[in-house]
Amino acid sequence: MYYTYAITGLILLISFIINKEKTIKAIKIATVKFKKIFPTFITMLIFVSIILFLFPDELISNYLGNNRKYISVLLASFFGSITLMPGFVAFPLCGLLLSKGIPYMVLSAFTTTLMMVGIITFPIEKEYFGVKVTVIRNVISFFIALIVAVITGIFFGEIFQ
Amino acid sequence: MKKNVKLKIAAVSIYFLFLIISFIFGYNSGREIAFNLISFLLYMLKILPCAFILIGLFEVWVKKEVIEKHLGKESGIRGYLWVILIAGTIAGGLLVAFPVAYSLYNKGAKLSIIFTYIGAAAICRIPMTLYEASFMGVKFTAIRLLVSLPLVIITSKLLGEYLTKRNYKIAEGR
Repeated sequence: MYYTYAITGLILLISFIINKEKTIKAIKIATVKFKKIFPTFITMLIFVSIILFLFPDELISNYLGNNRKYISVLLASFFGSITLMPGFVAFPLCGLLLSKGIPYMVLSAFTTTLMMVGIITFPIEKEYFGVKVTVIRNVISFFIALIVAVITGIFFGEIFQ
Repeated sequence: MKKNVKLKIAAVSIYFLFLIISFIFGYNSGREIAFNLISFLLYMLKILPCAFILIGLFEVWVKKEVIEKHLGKESGIRGYLWVILIAGTIAGGLLVAFPVAYSLYNKGAKLSIIFTYIGAAAICRIPMTLYEASFMGVKFTAIRLLVSLPLVIITSKLLGEYLTKRNYKIAEGR
């Protein structure tokens, strides 16, 4: 946490030394932009807190661990789409699932949708780019994730077993 | 619109009231939800204020012509490479990518470049990719990147061209 603040502080300081007025203007822009999107962030946080409660890690692990891997791929991409996890939480979880014998293609579907598809971030994306574009981008991302999962399955020899 | 705002405020108040009551009466589900809220709020406070300050600095320091030249209509393949490089080095994932992409667009970057940026910010941030490889293996990460990145570029190009043809404009003043 501290180093992002340290770097930002340093850049801000350099900017301030070079040009005081511009830096103050930059901070004003930042504040205005942040204020505009802040209520939407709070809405999103509320959704996140409820979704993570309804779909905890253990539940996701249980569902992905069933024997029908094609169903698991679909479930994985569903979970990945509706939840939101930072990478430092998601990858250790996936590493654990891998050691439990869950196929690579399932985890690939999960991580790729987790990163690319954001149903929870929908309110924020919509604020910037509008409903239509947000829907299109998320649908495309979902299919990209499925393609990635299938190709992962082929390369790890999981698909025709 | 006004009615909508009132409804929202009511819903949010009920939510927080529920959390407070859960704490008072020791209701576990409510406490779990509160815990989720706080941990995610902290996670966002780590990056968001910094991200917005950097966006502010970007807006005052970077000239429009520079972005137009390298990421605008006339930019070719190099524009995509640039934007993937930028995405790879900026932390924060999708949540940070949206406002950054929005600022890039207002500085004159074209739509397909913007969508490539968002996609790349989601899938190929360098620190995250290394972290992923350490848990999942290099092969897994390599396949994921080599398959998803070209698909992101192609679909972004198609989507960008489609929207440009339809005269799509991104809302102002965000």
